[in-house]
Amino acid sequence: MYETNYHRASSVAEAASLVSGSDDGKLLSGGQTLIPTMKQRLASPSDVVDLRHIAELKGITVSGSNVKIGAGTTHAEVAQSAEINGVCPALCGLAAHIGDPHVRNMGTIGGSIANNDPAADYPAAMVALEATIHTNSRDISAADFFVGLFETALGDNEIVTAVSFDAPSRAAYQKFPNPASRYAMAGVFVARGSSGTRVGVTGAGSDGVFRASDMEAALDANFSAGSLESINVDPSAMLADMHGSAEYRANLVKVMARRAVEAAA
Amino acid sequence: MGVEGIGASVARKEDKRFITGKGRYTDDMIVPGMKHAAFVRSPHAHAKIRGIDKSEALAMPGVIDILDGKQLTADAIGNIICGWMIHSKDGSPMNMGVWRPLAEDTVRYVGDAVAIVVADTKAQAREAAEAVAVDYEELAAVTEAVAALKDGAPQIHPEAANNQIFDWEIGSSADVDAAIANAAHVTELDVVNNRLVPNAIEPRAALGLYNAAEDHYTCWTTSQNPHVARLVMSAFYNVAPENKLRVIAPDVGGGFGSKIYIYPEEIVCLWASKCTGVPVKWNCDRTEAFLTDAHGRDHVSNIKIAFDADHRITGLKVDTIANLGAYMSLFSSSVPTYLYATLLSGQYNIANIHANVRTVYTNTTPVDAYRGAGRPEASFLIERAMETAARELGVSPADLRRKNFIREFPHETPVIMTYDGGNFDAPLDAAMKASDYDGFPARKAEAAGRGKLRGIGMSCYIEACGIAPSQAVGALGAGVGLWESAEVRVNAVGTIEVLTGSHSHGQGHETTFAQLVAERLGVGIDTVNIVHGDTDKVQMGMGTYGSRSGAVGMSAISVALDKVEAKAKKVAAHLLEADESDIVIEGGELKVAGTDKSVPWFQLALACYTAHNLPEGMEPGLKESAFFDPSNFSFPSGCYICEVEVDPDTGKTDIVQFVAADDFGTIINPMIVDGQVHGGVAQGIGQALLEGCVYDPDTGQLLTASYMDYTMPRADDLPSFSVLTTKTESPSNPLGLKGCGEAGAIGSPPAVINAITDAIGNNNVPMPASPQTVWAALKA
Repeated sequence: MYETNYHRASSVAEAASLVSGSDDGKLLSGGQTLIPTMKQRLASPSDVVDLRHIAELKGITVSGSNVKIGAGTTHAEVAQSAEINGVCPALCGLAAHIGDPHVRNMGTIGGSIANNDPAADYPAAMVALEATIHTNSRDISAADFFVGLFETALGDNEIVTAVSFDAPSRAAYQKFPNPASRYAMAGVFVARGSSGTRVGVTGAGSDGVFRASDMEAALDANFSAGSLESINVDPSAMLADMHGSAEYRANLVKVMARRAVEAAA
Repeated sequence: MGVEGIGASVARKEDKRFITGKGRYTDDMIVPGMKHAAFVRSPHAHAKIRGIDKSEALAMPGVIDILDGKQLTADAIGNIICGWMIHSKDGSPMNMGVWRPLAEDTVRYVGDAVAIVVADTKAQAREAAEAVAVDYEELAAVTEAVAALKDGAPQIHPEAANNQIFDWEIGSSADVDAAIANAAHVTELDVVNNRLVPNAIEPRAALGLYNAAEDHYTCWTTSQNPHVARLVMSAFYNVAPENKLRVIAPDVGGGFGSKIYIYPEEIVCLWASKCTGVPVKWNCDRTEAFLTDAHGRDHVSNIKIAFDADHRITGLKVDTIANLGAYMSLFSSSVPTYLYATLLSGQYNIANIHANVRTVYTNTTPVDAYRGAGRPEASFLIERAMETAARELGVSPADLRRKNFIREFPHETPVIMTYDGGNFDAPLDAAMKASDYDGFPARKAEAAGRGKLRGIGMSCYIEACGIAPSQAVGALGAGVGLWESAEVRVNAVGTIEVLTGSHSHGQGHETTFAQLVAERLGVGIDTVNIVHGDTDKVQMGMGTYGSRSGAVGMSAISVALDKVEAKAKKVAAHLLEADESDIVIEGGELKVAGTDKSVPWFQLALACYTAHNLPEGMEPGLKESAFFDPSNFSFPSGCYICEVEVDPDTGKTDIVQFVAADDFGTIINPMIVDGQVHGGVAQGIGQALLEGCVYDPDTGQLLTASYMDYTMPRADDLPSFSVLTTKTESPSNPLGLKGCGEAGAIGSPPAVINAITDAIGNNNVPMPASPQTVWAALKA
């Protein structure tokens, strides 16, 4: 790891000020991507601003079907939240299968979506739940938030403070993990709410997380796994690497979508 | 058997320090004035070094010095060598290229060491290493052995035309060709044995200390064989003469073969300590380990196996191309030859066998012995071919194997091994019973109802362990003998130290070796200390690999104990005024048989050291040593049965049952043997399902250089193993031991692939059988 300056922020405002005042500062949330990258000397931020001790980023609020999760909430806290489980158990299940116990007890929902790793789980849920991403300066719809591989709509020094969404009547997440890293090679979050069915796909798309609109239309017509049979997932829009060709990922997207519908039904 | 003797599953004495974090590993060693090293490594797979500019790096904080290959050559440090001479079939010696500990004019793989930076802290050393400006002229690279042999391939060493190191054969080609021509059936397979990265839990490390006042060197290192390291560094690398070089391998966190070899780093740390006048420590991170630890396997083979009309094997022909990487590591030449082709007879009576092996340089990490070393490659070929043949012939895989089992011993194979004993039916029968093999069709039907493809596969392996009779390996080209040594020191009050040339890096020697002493002398294992891993403490020894520490290392202890017992009986007879032949040793006492006269062990020891009343002319003291050379290899064998379920939608394979039935001969500690089998099978399943080392064929970059891409087996990848043993004792050592360290890795890959190919009905499934690979095979 290269030398860096560590700052512990006690408020979002202080964090924003610290990071904007540094040469090449990075925000540290759960650190599950940043710290390993720094240890491998692949990142060398001049300053690291630690968000983990900011009270206003913590906490889960559920009122009626509305769910709000502070950005600093760990995956383990989401996984174990009885309140979220009461309205959207699929999100608890998703969080319970991110990484390993170490990752789940350190990694946060805000860090995950701000990093927008194309193989991360949360982005699929955010787009399928049509979530709102709250930052220290504005609210952004999930559809606008996730821009591309590791790219988001966040501006310089903009900090995610929370996410919120209306719980769907039914939802499920199914993923097929990369055998080595255990990140998603294809993860599909299916949500059926008042405005229709939404299908978020992570791990597979060459531009990162996306909504499978043809699947959504088919499921709106008939919410059953069988209605996905006629859908073709285009391999040319898929990622390819040594663990999964584009054709294989296209197949996995369909299989995981089918299984998610079965689990949600 | 006493409660702590042979056959007792006593808890491992060494585990208290390991599981409480109190082990002492090389990187734990701190000596006054110690500084830290980082290596400048090639980022290119193949390049000329036009120049090295150290000026910016030398000016950085904390940097003490930066040393390169020219300085190493000026100080006459020798080339790293391969210690086993193989001759090509035309009689010419192998074409060994030059391996400098620091590359001087050419780098040949990504990670090749170019210079060492010594600095006050590890961080400073690493930062300065990044600032060393090496001017490279990139050359074309080749990573695959078959491609490297082709005309026009990049030439890696001037000594090896077309990158071929040797073209070797064993057996009679003409006899096998005739058998194939006259066969009723021939099964033929093209098989790739995938390259693996060893991944010991402790990365390699070295601490070099030069004491100018005494002109003496000490090297702490992660070695499986510290005496061999000293011998080679002294005799070939010109680091220091043996009497001026102490090598210590303290606690070592696993090796699997990768810590047998003497690598550039320990040589360079010792030399750098003399150059800089400070002790120099290096330890590698995980990515450096991926890049520089010797890899394993990497064979491309064709096998033909011929049967007569009665399904008896009449001939077996193998053609193999083995990738040895950029340089010839210490035992690299022996792995695809005498540790491989000599086992191609498997458990079967085959009159005609021929194998041709070509070894090849490529721009990849050197390849050498890795758990099993040649024997997994042989076992995979034979057992894939036998299962395939059974399917083609429409007979049961078990019956085809039984029909061809060797049942008379000794049995001399056409590939120079003499199997001295065994009972191949016993493990096969035991494994079939334990796995309810006959009930498989019902389980397959039930799985089909759940949409899963269920398959079953078996593997009947044999391996040559207890490496090795010195005269035999010498005749085959080994540069060393492979005996083992022991010294048993009985202290004045009866406690015991056993000094052994074997080295424990996870095997549990401090427990099992003590159990042997407990068995023989009737003392508790807590009164016995095992001393190993330090050339200043222990007499010359050959170290641990090739499942040899029980069969050879413990046998040396056994012979030394014979001598201790003989002297102790003489003294006891004198003290008890009895005849020596009436003295028996049991329960910690020496007794006169049939009487109540006895002398406790501790009193006898004291008598030896006070020497007040010894037999006329007897030397005081009670300490004996022995060098044991086995009369033959030992031959563990067994049968593994694997049952899988494949998800046809994703290609994912779940192992739903795994039965291992092994004949290891005598077993000292069944719990430790179970652990060895569990670990070996985990590695074998790793090879079959998960682990694949991948290079970019154009750039020579290692694509699987971390656990993000290299799939190490995890607990949830593995089933609960069913482990059982059968027993025929090895006649080649006094304890009847065969060895168990490698069996799991040797026997399991073919069982797994046989099961998957059975499940999906496509026999062409390469390793690792990842979900994507199996899915593609299902669609093919």
